[in-house]
Amino acid sequence: MSVKQALLALLEEGPMYGYQLRSEFEQRTGATWPLNVGQVYTTLSRLERDGLVEGSASDDEGHVTYRITGTGRDEVRAWFTTPVARTHPPRDELAIKLALAVTVAGVDVGEVIQQQRSATMAALQDYTRLKRKDPGRPPEPAELAWSLVLDSLVFAAEAEIRWLDHCEARLRRAMTERPAVSQVDQAGQDTHTREGTRS
Amino acid sequence: MNAVLELVSVNRIHGKGETEVHALRSVSLKVQPGELVAVMGPSGSGKSTLLTLSGGLDQPTSGQVLVEGVDLAELGNKGKARIRRTSVGYVFQDFNLIPALTAVENVALPRELDGERASVARTAALAALDEVGIAELADRFPDEMSGGQQQRVAIARAVIGERRLILADEPTGALDTETGEDILRLIRARCDAGAAGVLVTHEARHAAWADRVVFLRDGVVVDESHPTEPETLLEQGVGS
Repeated sequence: MSVKQALLALLEEGPMYGYQLRSEFEQRTGATWPLNVGQVYTTLSRLERDGLVEGSASDDEGHVTYRITGTGRDEVRAWFTTPVARTHPPRDELAIKLALAVTVAGVDVGEVIQQQRSATMAALQDYTRLKRKDPGRPPEPAELAWSLVLDSLVFAAEAEIRWLDHCEARLRRAMTERPAVSQVDQAGQDTHTREGTRS
Repeated sequence: MNAVLELVSVNRIHGKGETEVHALRSVSLKVQPGELVAVMGPSGSGKSTLLTLSGGLDQPTSGQVLVEGVDLAELGNKGKARIRRTSVGYVFQDFNLIPALTAVENVALPRELDGERASVARTAALAALDEVGIAELADRFPDEMSGGQQQRVAIARAVIGERRLILADEPTGALDTETGEDILRLIRARCDAGAAGVLVTHEARHAAWADRVVFLRDGVVVDESHPTEPETLLEQGVGS
């Protein structure tokens, strides 16, 4: 994640010290990606080294206030006008797990899929619960920012569930077309074998 | 607390012999007052059958369906029709409003059919329309309203008369994301006010408004998911 650009973008609004930057960041992203103060100061000193921000002399309480430089503003503008790179998809543990589950002997793929679907559904229910708190008035900018981050989590969880549904349907079709594939066979029979214990 | 809806080992078999289809296999389910349960599954998993059985529009091959403690099988057609007008509210994907009636007339209809005076039914219908936020559209006909507005009318019709069981079959199917969310918010609010709801959907984002999500596969309940307590979620930080 781009802590560097995020902090620079916050400094566009005016000079701040490290602790303020952290709370502004967390207010807008709902503490979805918590920052520790150490990380904030490390990033700020790198930004200062690269000439993107300037630190003031510390005040009576020892706070150093940071101000964005012209180069820093250029950097922020470039960040907002450049799409996030998708050339290197982040490593997706679930996709890797499923790819291996369908090929490694003795794994119940149907169970892997259902377990994940249930867990992701529970997370989606959690996000939705947070969304339910409707303030009943137009949101403040920081509230809107956080609710958009929440929506992003909602859409990602939904996409994962849709993909799992899709995998299940494809495995079932593969099972009917090629009954000899033992892994796929297991996935398809899963619901029938559990019928007696679950219902 | 007594369940508003209870399914006890319900089986539903369509057809006979070679063409026999097991739509539901010993499904048991309880929905309490204040609870919204979502039912998810691919087409053919039995989710619509579950809903039609719950509303008394179809009968189980074996097992029982109880609405507010009353076994639907023990009611005649008249009794069942009465339950559908007074206890159970249906919301469909395609709204099912009567095109020749205005919004308020559509909502008042079940009350009038139940023998209530037209003026009394109209007052109740206006209150129900107000509850779903469209009191000002009372005298519009369905084709003069957007999909989202029509679905609000359908929800008003489903909840009028303090009905305690709401059955919704893909209620957001024809609506855009934000309008769909408003509809879910309304159903949720009704359940928070004490009704019991069953929501059939294939959209995870909408099922997530429920307290419980039941997964159906080939007529069998294979799993259920519950949210964690919101307090612990906030402590952990979302996504950590």
